[in-house]
Amino acid sequence: MAMTVHCDIVSAEEKIFSGLVEMVIVAGALGDLGITPGHTPLLTELKPGPIRLILQNGEEEIFYASGGFVEVQPHLVSVLSDTALRADDVNEAAALEAKKLAEQAMSEQNSEIDHAMASIQLAEAVAQLRTLNSIRKKMGK
Amino acid sequence: MAVGKEIRTQISSIKSTQKITSAMQLVAASKMRKAQDRMELGRPYAERIRQVVGHLANATSEFRHQYLEARDIKRVGFIIVSTDRGLCGGLNINLFKTALKAAKEYNDQGVEVDLCLIGAKAASFFKSVGGNVVAAKSNLGDDFSANDLIGTVKVMLDAFDEGTIDHLAVVYNEFVNTMTQQPTVQQLLPLKPEENDEMSSHWDYIYEPDDATLLEGLLTRFIESQVYQGVVENNACEQAARMIAMKSATDNAGDMIDGLQLIYNKARQAAITQELSEIVSGAAAV
Repeated sequence: MAMTVHCDIVSAEEKIFSGLVEMVIVAGALGDLGITPGHTPLLTELKPGPIRLILQNGEEEIFYASGGFVEVQPHLVSVLSDTALRADDVNEAAALEAKKLAEQAMSEQNSEIDHAMASIQLAEAVAQLRTLNSIRKKMGK
Repeated sequence: MAVGKEIRTQISSIKSTQKITSAMQLVAASKMRKAQDRMELGRPYAERIRQVVGHLANATSEFRHQYLEARDIKRVGFIIVSTDRGLCGGLNINLFKTALKAAKEYNDQGVEVDLCLIGAKAASFFKSVGGNVVAAKSNLGDDFSANDLIGTVKVMLDAFDEGTIDHLAVVYNEFVNTMTQQPTVQQLLPLKPEENDEMSSHWDYIYEPDDATLLEGLLTRFIESQVYQGVVENNACEQAARMIAMKSATDNAGDMIDGLQLIYNKARQAAITQELSEIVSGAAAV
């Protein structure tokens, strides 16, 4: 059997996932990270994006997180996300709509604050779409 | 019949009160279930982040965040979590007593106390008792999110950052079970390292993007999540305490009705007996 590491994904409102996995792939602040068992201790911020888990039987599970933190210990990966969703729950139409609205707001640029808000919304919408794309790729495979 | 009219009105008014209290009991019971579910859902996050921060306090880092450093205590901050509504037995009063006791211990040492109040009951209590209130938040309702609390918590964190306060604690009711709620004072800042022998060797995390930014974000999130969990737990306590209080009110109303009914029946019988004996003695006289 392949080496596994315990992974917990929790959000402020609920527990999303807990179990043994072979690899965790998250969108860290400085880029995507693939975490395998025995990784050195690490703390990083999360960017909005997909969290991919490779389970023991080689299957993939995908979640969406809007931000948060990841703690890595050699035997344990804890994902503390602000909001995490099972990727199936991400609504593509809503994400596209949000992306369009955010882009519109960006181009109008009424004030500084609106601009900052809009760029956050845009990042989240793009990340949700990215999550959906990776699911679609998996399905097509 | 004129007998016991007053008693009858009293009985009917108690009966309508009883209807209200039993309805409130049922409402509280269903709300309690929801609040309890919510508390259970939030627990994994609160425990995980506590664990991570516990690890962090043990790490041998070059950078020491000020939240991890114990300072001389000149002024302390309390975040007091109460309910918005009453009719929940001694829940709030017990909590305030605990808070006042803790505050008095500090006052005796010449340390002043700043208060941050969550819930309308705390606001009205400390208005009459006095106390240095720096922030207050009430009318959260049953369906609040962590975002609603961020402002209030930030006031206290800023005060800690500026060095106005050197110690921060949150006071809330811990949900032990439906019958028992335990007022608890939990220290938030400075952070206490987790006792753990495994972790005592020298090691440190890799921090991305860098330790200062990351710790700032993580520790702030930690405090917020602890306060949020406190409020959620207090909410579950409120519903449980209200359910119990309303149940005993309903029972007491039942006892009162039984007692009054007995008095009423006796008075009625006495009146009948008296009337009968009057008729009988009247007939005998004829």
